Amino acid sequence: MPTATIADHEVELNDVVFFVDATSGPRTWHPCSPHESDIDELTDRHWQVIRFMRDEYFEKGTGPTVRMLGKTSGVPVKELYQLFPKGPAKTAARIAGIPKPRGCI
Amino acid sequence: MDLSDEKVSIIISQGSLEAIYPGLIMANGARAEGMEANLFFTFFGLDAIHKKRHDHIKMATVGNPGLHFSTMLGGLSGVASVMTHMMEKKMEDFDFPSIPEFIELIADTGAGLYGCQASVDLFGMERSDFMTS
Repeated sequence: MPTATIADHEVELNDVVFFVDATSGPRTWHPCSPHESDIDELTDRHWQVIRFMRDEYFEKGTGPTVRMLGKTSGVPVKELYQLFPKGPAKTAARIAGIPKPRGCI
Repeated sequence: MDLSDEKVSIIISQGSLEAIYPGLIMANGARAEGMEANLFFTFFGLDAIHKKRHDHIKMATVGNPGLHFSTMLGGLSGVASVMTHMMEKKMEDFDFPSIPEFIELIADTGAGLYGCQASVDLFGMERSDFMTS
């Protein structure tokens, strides 16, 4: 399994660059270049979603899907896609340092 | 896998529950992966975005071998309604969105939703019959 050193933490990544173990790394990281994620700068609204993803993961064992994010994070779906154009749940999970959320709806 | 230049177009041409949901799930999944997605509704698939019909989409109980009962039984009066009700109850338990909610969600993701003008004309429908974003 590939590993990466991020902020002095050795972390295991799966084949699509998600953390395997959310407790192994730093609290947050940003593995995507702005070009890859289409995010110029992480704003407070981005962080609201990222923190929510991480909290949900530790509470429920998986991060929320986009629909659940839209219902419970306080950021509506339309805005989620403006904040994370390459997929809100997927991108926010990467930044939050948690595995990719399960569930397709 | 880099999906930045990937896009998907999905055609929904039938008006049954099991013919509409798969297209919606795939379009929503594509957008969640950062792919561009377009949904095209044509012929009976237009019911999915028809304001008076999208709350009453039924499961096909005739000619549906996946149900594992005879077509004759499926054709009896009321069977489609009962089976649809059972399926909807199950979907509700799993927190599946209803078709109108799902369409709205997909529109919010930025996917393109298109109705077939030829089918709209053919069925004598109007623009005002359909959901708008």
